[in-house]
Amino acid sequence: MDFLRPASWEEALAAKAEHPTAVPIAGGTDVMVEINFDHRRPEYLLDLNRIGDLTEWETGEDTVRLGASVPYTGIMEHLRAELPGLALASHTVASPQIRNRGGVGGNLGTASPAGDAHPALLAAGADVEVESAARGTRLIPIDEFYTGVKRNALQPDELIRAVHIKKADGPQQYSKVGTRNAMVIAVCAFGLALHPETRTVRTGIGSAAPTPVRAKAAEEFLNAALEEGGFWDNGKIITPSVAKQFADLCSAACNPIDDVRGTASYRRHAVGVMARRTLTWTWESYRGTAAHSEGVA
Amino acid sequence: MRVNFTVNGRPQEADDVWEGESLLYVLRERLGLPGSKNACEQGECGSCTVRLDGVPVCSCLVAAGQVEGREVVTVEGLAEYAKQRSCGSSCGTSLNDAQQWAAKGQDSQTGEGTELAPIQQAFIDAGAVQCGFCTPGLLVAADEMLERNPNPSDADIREALSGNLCRCTGYEKIMDAVRLAAARQGEAV
Amino acid sequence: MPSNGAPIGTPTKVTQGSQTKGGIGESTLRPDGTLKVTGEFAYSSDMWHEDMLWGQILRSTVAHAEIVSIDTSEALKTAGVYAVMTYDDLPAEMKNYGLEIQDTPVLAHGKVRHHGEPVAIVAADHPETARRAAAKIKVEYRELPVITDEASATAPDAILVHEGRDDHHIGHVPHPNIVHRQPIIRGDVEEARKRADVIVEGEYTFGMQDQAFLGPESGLAVPEEDGGVHLYIATQWLHSDLRQIAPVLGLPEEKVRMTLAGVGGAFGGREDLSMQIHACLLAMRTGKPVKIVYNRFESFFGHVHRHPAKLYYEHGATKDGKLTHMKCRIVLDGGAYASASPAVVGNASSLSVGPYVIDDVDIEAIALYTNNPPCGAMRGFGAVQACFAYEAQMDKLAKKLGMDPVEFRQLNAMEQGTIMPTGQPVDSPAPVAELLRRVKSMPLPPERQWESSEGADVRQLPGGLSNTTHGEGVVRGIGYAVGIKNVGFSEGFDDYSTAKVRMEVVGGEAVATVHTAMAEVGQGGVTVHAQIARTELGVSQVTIHPADTQVGSAGSTSASRQTYVTGGAVKNACELVREQVLEIGRRKFGTYHPAWATAELLLEGGKVVTDGGEVLADLADVLEGEVVELEREWRHRPTEAFDLRTGQGNGHVQYSFAAHRAVVEVDTELGLVKVIELACAQDVGKALNPLSVLGQIQGGTLQGMGIAVMEEIIVDPKTAKVRNPSFTDYLLPTILDTPIIPVDVLELADEHAPYGLRGIGEAPTLSSTPAVLAAIRNATGLELNRTPVRPEHLTGKA
Repeated sequence: MDFLRPASWEEALAAKAEHPTAVPIAGGTDVMVEINFDHRRPEYLLDLNRIGDLTEWETGEDTVRLGASVPYTGIMEHLRAELPGLALASHTVASPQIRNRGGVGGNLGTASPAGDAHPALLAAGADVEVESAARGTRLIPIDEFYTGVKRNALQPDELIRAVHIKKADGPQQYSKVGTRNAMVIAVCAFGLALHPETRTVRTGIGSAAPTPVRAKAAEEFLNAALEEGGFWDNGKIITPSVAKQFADLCSAACNPIDDVRGTASYRRHAVGVMARRTLTWTWESYRGTAAHSEGVA
Repeated sequence: MRVNFTVNGRPQEADDVWEGESLLYVLRERLGLPGSKNACEQGECGSCTVRLDGVPVCSCLVAAGQVEGREVVTVEGLAEYAKQRSCGSSCGTSLNDAQQWAAKGQDSQTGEGTELAPIQQAFIDAGAVQCGFCTPGLLVAADEMLERNPNPSDADIREALSGNLCRCTGYEKIMDAVRLAAARQGEAV
Repeated sequence: MPSNGAPIGTPTKVTQGSQTKGGIGESTLRPDGTLKVTGEFAYSSDMWHEDMLWGQILRSTVAHAEIVSIDTSEALKTAGVYAVMTYDDLPAEMKNYGLEIQDTPVLAHGKVRHHGEPVAIVAADHPETARRAAAKIKVEYRELPVITDEASATAPDAILVHEGRDDHHIGHVPHPNIVHRQPIIRGDVEEARKRADVIVEGEYTFGMQDQAFLGPESGLAVPEEDGGVHLYIATQWLHSDLRQIAPVLGLPEEKVRMTLAGVGGAFGGREDLSMQIHACLLAMRTGKPVKIVYNRFESFFGHVHRHPAKLYYEHGATKDGKLTHMKCRIVLDGGAYASASPAVVGNASSLSVGPYVIDDVDIEAIALYTNNPPCGAMRGFGAVQACFAYEAQMDKLAKKLGMDPVEFRQLNAMEQGTIMPTGQPVDSPAPVAELLRRVKSMPLPPERQWESSEGADVRQLPGGLSNTTHGEGVVRGIGYAVGIKNVGFSEGFDDYSTAKVRMEVVGGEAVATVHTAMAEVGQGGVTVHAQIARTELGVSQVTIHPADTQVGSAGSTSASRQTYVTGGAVKNACELVREQVLEIGRRKFGTYHPAWATAELLLEGGKVVTDGGEVLADLADVLEGEVVELEREWRHRPTEAFDLRTGQGNGHVQYSFAAHRAVVEVDTELGLVKVIELACAQDVGKALNPLSVLGQIQGGTLQGMGIAVMEEIIVDPKTAKVRNPSFTDYLLPTILDTPIIPVDVLELADEHAPYGLRGIGEAPTLSSTPAVLAAIRNATGLELNRTPVRPEHLTGKA
């Protein structure tokens, strides 16, 4: 095993180009477990800790450009307003110690369906900024990023540099079911974002299909129902039947398995419950802010 | 490979490090600092918690090569770290202190006479130590929490320590210990 | 002073102790506390030796197979490898070990019987070298069908897990795949059933729990010049290890020296050997010190677990709430090797009735041999599984009778004088009804504690930080349970302990040294030994000598027995030392004061005093130039084996009782549980160290909660392979899952025990689990016949 210690992003890209099998290591929270338990013996480890700008973020007009290694703790502490869904998701990641080390880049690189950040990224809307020495930078829309169980759209010579996440233009929520009240891997997870500017909702489902997925039929149904009832304008309470159908469609978007963490049947059920609850929470919050701004106007 | 870094204020060099070794292994097996514990080696128990550039992390999940040039504080250095913090920059020469720390004696197997951080003393006094294997990690995590949040609620304590498993105590005495350390810290100010 | 038959702790002596600071009854602090908080306490995994090698074990990847061939040639060629050993390299005639039945191969011979069984061992200069070399060993398996439950174990054509058994149970078991069977018959169930107005039946399932001590199996074996070996090891019983290790090494026991290294928790999981023999074999083969440290993955394969069980119960009661009869059948899965299975069967059967009066019972307990992971000792064994089932039955009966579940239990509670189903009278306090009254009378925690001015605090809700509910679907439930556990080794076992106590003058002060082989595993035995010595010898300075095999056996740190038995041995040795010290005093100073000859003399505060309080001499003056030291064995009252057909016999030494009230909040839609409070009341006889007593009760309570709501080793029924051998998927409660655990300690002395104490470590683990289950049933209205309960069980989505 070789340990590559690039001091800059350019050096890292060059190293990755030269050794496409090199395994990037940043927070180490996935890679080191595999090494400690002898599940993996990469030829090269590519340490990204010395590349300072990976732990930085920039807040732009419409998006936050989040460095791949910004620790979850940082997201919770500094980006709660801009990225509320991701901040909530970050708070559910493992333990404080892990949140101090792990970042979204690792979640994306591993692309486990159980990665906590994915549903929040799907719901918010995001592009993954990846780069190679040979072809430069490209942005991969989050909807196209996950290609299979623990597979993603990255080329062997590419590294994840940052994620461009749409700044929240409305309430966002995130829920995760685990069989312990802290430090637990998701049995399943659900992210929901209201986008009042476009009058749309977006969802993200984790751990209930081979990849993180959106419940597109549920989104379309809800978009139509909200539009039809004039909900975005009148801020009325969403009727239980609409919420129920939304929840059922979210359950239907799942394609889960039975495993030691839970049954497929339970995962479908739980995603439905989380969908209904997060819709209630976000919508209540939207109504609250809408009423408030109307008052001001 | 060779790794140079600082542990408890002293420069350290580890040679012939296998590239897959964790910081935990280097501390325990190469630097003679076995206080950080090897309970799960998968970031699910917190018993290997150290501070890396001030931040609590699981040392089992830090590759040894990643600590090059960085600063680590382990449970062995916690008393000195807490002392430095409490007296700020007016504490005299750190080298002298570091030497004193390294040379500190103990006059029996009970370790009486050893200078302890408030959180360490509180763990003993409150009965928070049984087998003690989780203790070093909990101390590092709890000490850091009290640094950030001197008046934690019970829910705050539970959240901050939710990455540290204990199998012996049922956590009640650990809660008592952290409350005790917070209270003593409050009195001292 | 007799060395057998406990001297009854008299009030005078207790008072005497209170005169010397740091004696029994005080919450003195741990002598190893400072070392443990500074990271300097040397656990078994911290051992280090110059030039030491690292051992690695190659384990079977399948559960049941014939070994066709093992090829170690590539491994041996690896640079840095010093030795590779298989069964063929074992040096002695004896190649097996085991606690009671020597059925466990040190290295697999021709066959593997469970997933993860050791097949070969490697020593190399770095753990990674050893791992890579082990991976190069080629083992060819021919897989066999797996035996995983009672049906497959006892089928007419079942493969025998162990061919040619010759252990002492084979004569009375109905099938060679049954390790041991214990029936208990008393009264006439058929007749008694006719008196029953209501009958409830239930079939219960108890999952496989792991001890999950945090300090992994580890140790260092150092070869010695005389051809022997010195093993620094974390264990629960040095001499039991020694008895099993020496024959396999082909060494006399004197040439195997054992020193207790720091033990990172045990809970039963270190009663059996793990890496002990492997490390010694490699050290002797290479002539170098060898260290072995399991990682967590390996630890799940490296020790036995709590027996999973199926329990079938029938109870009857009259309409006014009196139990008429009980019939039960308990099937424990012992896995591939016997370990403690026979004793688990003994406990499960003899305690299956619970702390209740039922005169007519028909009980059967068996342990199976299967190809599942071996199961053995874990805190409360046998009694834990039974308590889960009989307490569920009590709730069912109360419900059917329309009675309050606590009142129903109190109506049937045993008390001192009750005859156990084994025919043994309960001859010390059994305050079962009182313990229930105490937990019930504690104030309930306030409702809806998650509500705050800033909205819902998810940390106080089911789901916790995962943000699954802000109060929706959350229902509170309350449940009660009480249990009975035997203390000490039962069924005629010679359960003795040894203590060596020394008194001398050091630096002008009389000091004592206590040397036992007791394994301090975190429970605080070392604290208590010092307290006993202070109380009995009137000194303030007590040194606890490291535990090793240079002193006689202390028995196991298990069965809630150490304070009773080794504490008893220390007390006894101290009393004998005291007599010798007084003899010296009489010799030196007797002529100066008549009280030396006439008064009852005590040692207090470093002085010899009369029972009237008059100081006769300084201990330092008495002991000047003298050393008093002696080593003695000490035994509690003998017990008897249970009759193999009727189960009758005075099998137990002492019983221990605890009761719990659980308050839970269940997210009924998602099936997530938050345990809010687990209130406990326990009779401890006499709290030698109240702080440690609370620690034991709270720790045991939480382990009981773990198996109620999250902990379970999941074994694939098709392959008998373990599916979750890691802390990622075997979940222990975090501090955020942990309820408040208020404890009400009752001290009713047992006149047969030293100081009147009662073993305490296990009882709280029993009643915690069924109390939580009862509370969840109360919140959800579901029947819930298995533990742990998982979200899919609470939502009908299994």
